[in-house]
Amino acid sequence: MSAVVDEHDHHADDHHDHGPAKGLLRWITTTNHKDIGTLYLLFALTMFFVGGAMAMVIRAELFEPGLQFVDPAFFNSMTTMHALVMVFGAVMPAFVGLANWQIPLMIGAADMALPRMNNMSFWMLVAGVLLLASTLFMEGGAPNGGWTLYPPLVLQPITVGKALPFAIFSVHLLGISSIMGAINIIATIFNMRAPSMKMMDMPLFVWTWLITAFLLIAVMPVFAGAVTMLLTDKFFHTSFFNAAGGGDPVLYEHIFWFFGHPEVYIMILPTFGVASTIIPVFARKPLFGYASMVWATASIAFLSFIVWAHHMFTVGMPIAGELYFMYATMIIAVPTGVKVFNWTATMWKGAMTFETPMLFSIAFVVLFTMGGFTGLMMSIAPSDFQYHDTYFIVAHFHYTLVPASVFILMAAGYFWLPKWTGHMYNEKIGQLHFWLSVISVNILFFPQHFLGLAGMPRRIPDYAVQFADWNMISSIGGFIFGASQLLFLYIVIDTIRGGTGEKVTDEVWEDASKHGLEWTLPSPVPYHTWTTPPTSVPTEHVLDLH
Amino acid sequence: MNGIVDKKNLKLARTLLLVAITMFGFGYALVPLYDVLCEWKWIERDRPDDIKKVPETAYKVDINREINIEFMTTLNESTPMEFRAEKKQLKVHPGEYHTVNFYGENKTDKVMLARAIASFSPAVISSYFEKIECFCFSEQTFKPREKKIMPMRFVINPEIPEQYKTITLSYTFFDNTEKSVKK
Ligand code: HEM
Ligand SMILES: [Cu+2]
Repeated sequence: MSAVVDEHDHHADDHHDHGPAKGLLRWITTTNHKDIGTLYLLFALTMFFVGGAMAMVIRAELFEPGLQFVDPAFFNSMTTMHALVMVFGAVMPAFVGLANWQIPLMIGAADMALPRMNNMSFWMLVAGVLLLASTLFMEGGAPNGGWTLYPPLVLQPITVGKALPFAIFSVHLLGISSIMGAINIIATIFNMRAPSMKMMDMPLFVWTWLITAFLLIAVMPVFAGAVTMLLTDKFFHTSFFNAAGGGDPVLYEHIFWFFGHPEVYIMILPTFGVASTIIPVFARKPLFGYASMVWATASIAFLSFIVWAHHMFTVGMPIAGELYFMYATMIIAVPTGVKVFNWTATMWKGAMTFETPMLFSIAFVVLFTMGGFTGLMMSIAPSDFQYHDTYFIVAHFHYTLVPASVFILMAAGYFWLPKWTGHMYNEKIGQLHFWLSVISVNILFFPQHFLGLAGMPRRIPDYAVQFADWNMISSIGGFIFGASQLLFLYIVIDTIRGGTGEKVTDEVWEDASKHGLEWTLPSPVPYHTWTTPPTSVPTEHVLDLH
Repeated sequence: MNGIVDKKNLKLARTLLLVAITMFGFGYALVPLYDVLCEWKWIERDRPDDIKKVPETAYKVDINREINIEFMTTLNESTPMEFRAEKKQLKVHPGEYHTVNFYGENKTDKVMLARAIASFSPAVISSYFEKIECFCFSEQTFKPREKKIMPMRFVINPEIPEQYKTITLSYTFFDNTEKSVKK
C-alpha cells in the first residue's frame, strides 16, 4: 500500500497550483476538466455558426425554384458539409463539453479520470474538423455525395475531386477523438465517483452519458472501418463495394447504418439526460420515474443496434427482413414514450416557473415528440417507400435534432452558465431568443413535411414549381431562425463578461441543491473542486427509490 | 487522485480500447457475414448470377402463359466498349429454353478485362430466372479492337407467380483492366 501512495506523490506535482496558468498556453496545455469543457463548448458554438452558414446557403438557393446563387455541385457540398459539421463538429462536441464540465461536478470527482488524454481528444477534434473544412478549398470542392458517403456515387470522379481521402482521414481523427472521450467518461463515472454515490444515485445526465459512451466505443470504429473500405476501394483496388469485383454497394449501407442509427441516439441520449436534469428543478418536484428513465435509456441504446435497416427499406430486402426491421423500429417508441410521459408527469402539478432553460426544455418535450411520431410513420415499411429520400425525412430528423438536441444544448447553456461564470444571463433577451427560435423553427421545418409528402426529393438545388410556396416559407423561417441564434451568441458572451451584474447564489435556481451536487459548490465554480469528495449526495432526484 | 484509482483508470481504459479495436475488426467481419446472410436470404434477395444446372427437360413448358423479357445494356462510367443485345425484347413461355446473343466490342488498342453485372426488375423474380450459360459468369478478356458475340441461355422457372408479365434484365459492363492487372 505505502508504495502506491509514494508513487502518487510524484504525480501530485501536476496539480500543485491552485489556479489556471496564465496566457494562451493555459488553453493549449490544460488538463483541467473545466477548461477542456469550455474549449469544447466554444468550439461547438463556433461550428454551430459555420454549419449554420452552410444551411443559410442551402435555404437561399431553395428560396425559389431555378438555380440562383450556387452551382449544383457546390450546393451538394453544402448539404454534405452542413451535416458533417453539425453532427461531428457541433452537436457531439457540445455534449462532450457538457460532460467535461458537469460529470465531475455531479459525481463529486476532482477531475476526469485521464486528464491528459482529455486534452488530446479535444485537439484531435480540432485537427479533424479543420481537415474537413480544408476540403472546401480543394480542387473539385468538398465532398458532395451526401453525409452518408454512399458508394458508388462518392467514389465517382465527379464527386471525389481531391477531397475524399482528406474527408476520410478527418473522419478517422474525429472517431479516435470521440472514442478517447468516451473511454475517459466511462472511467470517470466508474472509478471517480464520490464513495457515497451509488450507481442508482447518479443524476440522469451522468447515466445517459455513460450509456452514450458505450455506444460510441461500439460504433465509431465500425464507421472508421467502413470509410477505410471506401478508401481502399478507391485507391488500392479492393472490391468491398465494387460490383465488378464481386463486391456490393448495399453492403456499405448496412455497415454505415449499423453505425448510423446508434449515432443518432448518441446525439439524443445526452439530450434526454439534460432534459431530465432541468425539468425537475423548474417543476420543483423530483424527477418522476427515475429508475424507469435509466432502464428506458438502456433499452433504447440496446435496440439502436438492431434496427439499422429501417434506413434501407427501399433497397430490396426480403419481406421477412422488411417486417423484422419494421417491428423492431416500432418497439423503440415504447421506451421513448416512457420518457416523454415521465417528463410530463414530472411537470404535472409542479410549482412551475418558466425561465429560459425551462422554456427550451418544454419545447423540446413537445417538438421532439413530433419528430418521434414522424419516425413512427416512416418505420411502417410500405409507407416509407413514399417518404424515403424526400423532404419528409428531412423534416423528421430536423425535428429530432434541432428543436430537440440543439434546443436542449441552449437550455443547458442558460441553465449552467450562471453556475460556471457566477453571472446571471439577461432573462429578457433569453426569452426573446426562445420565442423567436421556437416559432421560426416550426416555420422552417413544418412545411417540409408537406413538401416531402408531395414528393419533393431531398438533396436537390432546383425543384418543380409546385413546391415553390412552401419552400419560400421554409426559407423565411430558416433566415429568422439563423438570425435569432445571434442573440444566443450575444448572451453567452455577455454572461461571461458579467451579464446583468446580478450576483448569483450558490444554488442559482431555487432549491436546486436538492437536485444535484454541483449546486452545493460556490458560484462561480472554483478552478479545483471536490479535491475531497462530498460525504453525502442529494437524492431528491431518486426519491422514488429511497 | 491517488495511485490506486490511477491504476484502475488505466486498466479500464485499456480494456475499453481493446473493445474499440475489436469493433473495428467487427466492421470488417461484417463483409463475410453479409455474404453468408445473403446466401441464407436473410438480408438480400439472392444474387442474380446464381448458376442453376437442371437438365433441359426438367420443366414442363407452360404454353398458356407468356412473359415479355426486356434486355438493357449499360456501360459503367467510361468503359471504352460497345455493348448491345441482339434483341431488345423477347416473348417466352415459362419452362422454354432460349439463347440471346449479346454483342461486345473493345474500342481500344489494348487488352481489356471487363465484367458484366446483371440486375433484375422486379428484383423478386431473380430466383425464377435461371441462366444455363452466360458471359456474365466470368470476367471477359477482349483483345485489342476485338468484337465478340456473347451468348446467354436461360429458362424461366414455371413456378414464377402469375402476376409477373414483364421482366427487365439489365447488364452493366465494368472495365476491370486496371484492377485485375494490379491484383
Ligand atoms: C421514435 C423514434 C424514431 C423512429 C421510429 C425513427 C425512424 C426513422 C426512420 C424509419 C428513418 C428512415 C427514413 C428513410 O430514410 O426513409 C429515420 C431517419 C433518420 N432519423 Fe429517425 N427515428 C426516430 C428517432 C430519431 C432520433 C431521436 C434521431 C436523432 C436525434 C433521428 C435521426 C434520424 C436521421 C438523422 C435520419 C436520416 C438519416 C439520413 O438518411 O440522412 N431519428 N428515422
Ligand atoms: Cu435510424
